[in-house]
Amino acid sequence: MLDTIRTVPTPEGIELLLKVAGPMPRARAWLLDLLVRLAILTVFGIIVGIFGKVGSGLMALAAFVLEWAYPVLFEVLRNGQTPGKRACDLRVLHEDGTPVQWRASVARNLIRAVDFLPVCYGFGLIAMLLNRDFKRLGDLAAGTIVVHVERKRVSKGMPIAEPLIPNPALNMALNLTEQRAVIDFAERRATWSTERANELASHAEAVLPAVSKYDTTDAATRVVRLANFLVGRRS
Amino acid sequence: MKQENFESQYRARWDQFEHGMSLTATQRRTLKTDNSKTAKPIDAAFAWPLDELPRRYREICHHLALARDRHYSSTLVERLERLVLAGHQALYGAQELSGGVGRFLRAGLPRLVRQHSSYIWASALLFVGPLIACIIAIQYFPEFAYTIVSPEQMAEVQQMYAPGNQRLGLQRDASGDFAMFGFYVANNVRIDFQCFAGGLLFGVGAIFFLLFNGLFIGAVAGHLTHVGYIETFWGFVAGHSAFELTGIVLSGAAGLMLGMALIAPGRQTRFAAVKSRMPDIIGVVYGAALLTFLAAFIEAFWSASRVPPVQVKYAVGIALWAVTLAYFIFVGRGGNAAANSANNAATNAAKANSAA
Repeated sequence: MLDTIRTVPTPEGIELLLKVAGPMPRARAWLLDLLVRLAILTVFGIIVGIFGKVGSGLMALAAFVLEWAYPVLFEVLRNGQTPGKRACDLRVLHEDGTPVQWRASVARNLIRAVDFLPVCYGFGLIAMLLNRDFKRLGDLAAGTIVVHVERKRVSKGMPIAEPLIPNPALNMALNLTEQRAVIDFAERRATWSTERANELASHAEAVLPAVSKYDTTDAATRVVRLANFLVGRRS
Repeated sequence: MKQENFESQYRARWDQFEHGMSLTATQRRTLKTDNSKTAKPIDAAFAWPLDELPRRYREICHHLALARDRHYSSTLVERLERLVLAGHQALYGAQELSGGVGRFLRAGLPRLVRQHSSYIWASALLFVGPLIACIIAIQYFPEFAYTIVSPEQMAEVQQMYAPGNQRLGLQRDASGDFAMFGFYVANNVRIDFQCFAGGLLFGVGAIFFLLFNGLFIGAVAGHLTHVGYIETFWGFVAGHSAFELTGIVLSGAAGLMLGMALIAPGRQTRFAAVKSRMPDIIGVVYGAALLTFLAAFIEAFWSASRVPPVQVKYAVGIALWAVTLAYFIFVGRGGNAAANSANNAATNAAKANSAA
């Protein structure tokens, strides 16, 4: 199947769904991290510039720490997210969906040295395209994955409306998929303009209870009312 | 049951769970130990003791299963999925039992090295073999050095160890010691890491780096010995040689372990084999990085100085070699049963973790 959702079975008999991240968002996160690191290094360089030669030693140390320790420290201590990953809503996890720990993080970040070869993460990219979880070599060796974190969606939920009882005369029971489509429509109703909502809802005209001549409610409103009935609200 | 009823029946529980998961670890701890006075940042209405986590988590799992089975709306299912994921991570993602840095140094590292001694020996052979062979060869065929190191580079190196120099190694004054420390750390540890990561190319990278570094160091050492800079050069390297060479051998060994896991994975897929051996491999890499760091410290602040007489430098060098070898041969043998079993538990937990 052409999707990027990976399932992880848990002891509770539930499947966790993890949305693995592809090369593009990860490259973006890497680029942001690079900028952050350069910024830190520049500021640090200006400060230690006062100390002359000792400063240049500190500078070399800082560059070293930023290259090797920066990703590990952030991944383990900051919830699997370097600043770049946080900005791109990415997160590093173990394959079983648990937060990444020292060993795995150290492994995946040291093997970066191979992923980077021959130029510009060439091996890493090839590896990512050859497996279904977009793992670079470091991820493969360490058993980690990079996933999209879902921003908590501010859903207002389904608008409350007077429930509309399906017309029994139609003799057309909605099956589960159709019911779910109606409910999903209602829950997302707030994200569309009225015109667009009506355009979408007009497809359901056939199953909507017949309108009397004097009923002027539009299709979208009736779908929302039907959804209210389906989730179990009663007037 | 209709979705509306289902939601209104359990929404409070979900909100509590969500709130609990959003707390930081510290907040959660205070919640557990003391609900009365320090519970200020936590909304009392959402508070629940931490030991309820497994039960509450399974409850949410149950609700998710029901919601999926009854085809409730995707908003609801997605919310429950989020909660389950957070609960799963809180419950199963506990900090791995690292056993602490102290115990790793007192017992873990030398044991690890002894356990994988065949890789260590192979790595040492690949590195020290060419090194010694090169030194000997150059005493008889001096021009052989130039097949490995370019004449310009060699001239530079030769100038660094000229007997008239006040300080040895890359030219600097005393205030440059710290600068050189930073340089040595960054450079040498990077070489270690590349040596290790090169193992992922079926060990070829590790073997290449070991041979190359062995030949290069051997050529330089052989040449400087041949031209008679014995006191300055050998005096310079004596101090840090034990840590630095052992560090390279360990990182090479880690690379070889990585390569071997890929070449001969046994009854596992190649990457499963790498994963299951990764805890040991990373342990060896920690050791290599530590040794190289110490070596850089000695190299910058002790080796370069010409104040101590060369005999003292030789003596210190030999002593450090003895300490290093003794550490890897004798430290951590026997030990108490408790430490052993704790260690095993940690390894098993890590294995279970990586196998899952």
